[in-house]
Amino acid sequence: MTDAAANSPRIDRLRAGLKKRYAREKRFRAYGLLAIAIAVGFLVLLLGRIVEQGHTAFYAHTVTVPVYMDPARIDRGYPQGTNFEQLVAEQQLARMGVQDDAAGTKATAMRGLFSSELKYLAADRVARQPGLIGQTVTIAAPASDDADLFFKGKVSRDTPADQRRLSDQQIQWLDQMKADGHVSAHFNSGLFTRGDSTEPELAGVLGAVIGSALMLLVTALIAIPLGVGAALYLEEFAPKGKLTDLIEVNINNLAAVPSIIYGLLGLALFINWMHLPRASPLVGGLVLALMALPTIIIATRSSLKAVPPSIREAALAMGASKTQTVFQHTLPLAMPGVMTGAIISMAHALGETAPLLLIGMVSFVPGLPHSLVEPTGALPSLVYIWENASERAFHERTAAAILVLLAFMIVMNAAAILLRRRFERRW
Amino acid sequence: MKFKLFRAPDGSQGGGSAPEAPVISTPVVTHGAGPVGPTKISARDVSVFYGDKQALYDVSLEIPDKTVTALIGPSGCGKSTFLRTMNRMNDTISHCRVTGRIEMDGEDINAKSVDPVLLRARVGMVFQKPNPFPKTIYENVAYGPRIHGLASSKGELDDIVQISLKRAGLWEEVSDRLHSPGTGLSGGQQQRLVIARAIAVEPEVILMDEPCSALDPIATAKIEELIDELRERYCIVIVTHSMAQAARVSQRTAFFHLGRLVETGPTEEIFTNPRERRTLDYITGRFG
Ligand SMILES: Nc1ncnc2c1ncn2[C@@H]1O[C@H](COP(=O)(O)OP(=O)(O)OP(=O)(O)O)[C@@H](O)[C@H]1O
Ligand SMILES: [Mg+2]
Repeated sequence: MTDAAANSPRIDRLRAGLKKRYAREKRFRAYGLLAIAIAVGFLVLLLGRIVEQGHTAFYAHTVTVPVYMDPARIDRGYPQGTNFEQLVAEQQLARMGVQDDAAGTKATAMRGLFSSELKYLAADRVARQPGLIGQTVTIAAPASDDADLFFKGKVSRDTPADQRRLSDQQIQWLDQMKADGHVSAHFNSGLFTRGDSTEPELAGVLGAVIGSALMLLVTALIAIPLGVGAALYLEEFAPKGKLTDLIEVNINNLAAVPSIIYGLLGLALFINWMHLPRASPLVGGLVLALMALPTIIIATRSSLKAVPPSIREAALAMGASKTQTVFQHTLPLAMPGVMTGAIISMAHALGETAPLLLIGMVSFVPGLPHSLVEPTGALPSLVYIWENASERAFHERTAAAILVLLAFMIVMNAAAILLRRRFERRW
Repeated sequence: MKFKLFRAPDGSQGGGSAPEAPVISTPVVTHGAGPVGPTKISARDVSVFYGDKQALYDVSLEIPDKTVTALIGPSGCGKSTFLRTMNRMNDTISHCRVTGRIEMDGEDINAKSVDPVLLRARVGMVFQKPNPFPKTIYENVAYGPRIHGLASSKGELDDIVQISLKRAGLWEEVSDRLHSPGTGLSGGQQQRLVIARAIAVEPEVILMDEPCSALDPIATAKIEELIDELRERYCIVIVTHSMAQAARVSQRTAFFHLGRLVETGPTEEIFTNPRERRTLDYITGRFG
């Protein structure tokens, strides 16, 4: 560049403008970084809080005690009838040298430290091996929810006794049992292998996970083929006109309808009118399918629109029929987008709670679901139920259930990305 | 160079012989020499409307078989539109309406009884921008024969693919990578690939819309050579913006202007001795 050119006013103007342009770019980048930082910050805060609340639900405490299978108290023919909790509590009191009063309040207090599961574990042992009667057997049973919380350090000794669920005496007993080596902590596998229960220490998410999975299956089987089919027809076959415009506007509106309205619709349509079983995965899946449909249609249409028209023209000019063009060229090219849309709407459906509450999925359902037509729980409604439960031990489990729900979603999104990659590579 | 030969009007006689002042009243001037082969396609009073806007006005043109016919004219004059009437690709544009009569081998191609799908198997098309399917080279060429059920066995299909690629002059370059993506080829190779794809169904007519506009001179030369060879078997209609190309590859030329067919005749006559002032101006580069 010559000096004359470098000093010309034109170049100066350009320079000045350039400076401004770079400054604008820098500012924009700073905004971007700030926005991302805020978003990440919120995410970390949210996740951190849930993990902090929920991580303790992933382990639990077991109390291991020797039990003398007193022949005087156990009916050989019907061991299930025995009040093992009372038996164990009395023996434990005796071992600790505590004298019970006439009303047996101490034994009751002691019983409160063991899970009611103890009864079934002991009865089961005796039923399988009647020879154990008259002998002393070691039985490991879950600690009761309050005892478990205490061992996890969530019950403060400093709280006035009338404001906590464990008395001073019970705390003293727990300390002693721990000192005696009767208490052990372990991974809470029950959380993943059990259904819901009224006892927090026995409650698990498996029933809700299965319920959610069944529901999503119904949703996917109905919403994906219907949605993709509708989008294909609207985008590729339907004559463009006032009617298709009207339909398009309405589909966009449907995507924005609050989910609780879909719940009401589902209640009226599937339960009151078609008499499908309340709170069943079938009805849940149908309602979620109604909800997912507009999203899938919109996502599919926009990915169909993104397919270059030159490919369509090429196929048509080769003498492919409309249907051949669509199914051999347009749809395969739109597939990654269709897949992503479908799975994202499924992930949405997975977390949807309001419509489930309306079709009756708020009630307590113990055990695991076996079919599409019996009442079941679902993950989001389980979160809702547990959050509203009175037992404090449910609160950490609520957070754990949220984590399971999030993990479920992450798995689905990962599947979406994998599928997308697969379809993209196949072109 | 062949082209120089035809440029005579520009130099010596340019202004002098600038014939009779533009005769707008007679829209079409046909030179004495008749069609080169028997007429393959004949258009009568073809008009095309995009919505309310008329893009073609009463075009009548005879397109002979085993001949290359070039359509020339300034941008927007309706060359592509006319080309697309011959394989009814305009049907795919919802607001497009075609009137008039187009006959192929004496049969009205717009008749109810004519299936556009079948018509397009008989009239192949090559677009301005190479548009191979995002599939393998083999699949691209095999697509037409496959959907039209032209091959009864895998071996037969392989043969069709090989012959088509050879005729399109691409075989040497791709024989060892038939199963790699067609979109991975160079622009010129892609254009020859789509020509191979078009001839794989043995069409009777091939329509080419500026097939070389995105290519370098070497690739262009290859395609032109190819067009010259294909002429022996097919009726070819080519749209081009290059006067040189029209002069090199075509036997007949039709000049369009503002949606009207201005003049048509043997290429040599159009380029050496056009009847119309507008034609002369266009081919000598004075407008358009
Ligand atoms: N799909 C369409 N919708 C509306 N108008 C169109 C459409 N396609 C073409 N036209 C109009 O029709 C006229 C002729 O267009 P056409 O594409 O046939 O021109 P062309 O001669 O091929 O031009 P070019 O040399 O630039 O390709 C133009 O005015 C164009 O704007
Ligand atoms: Mg054009």
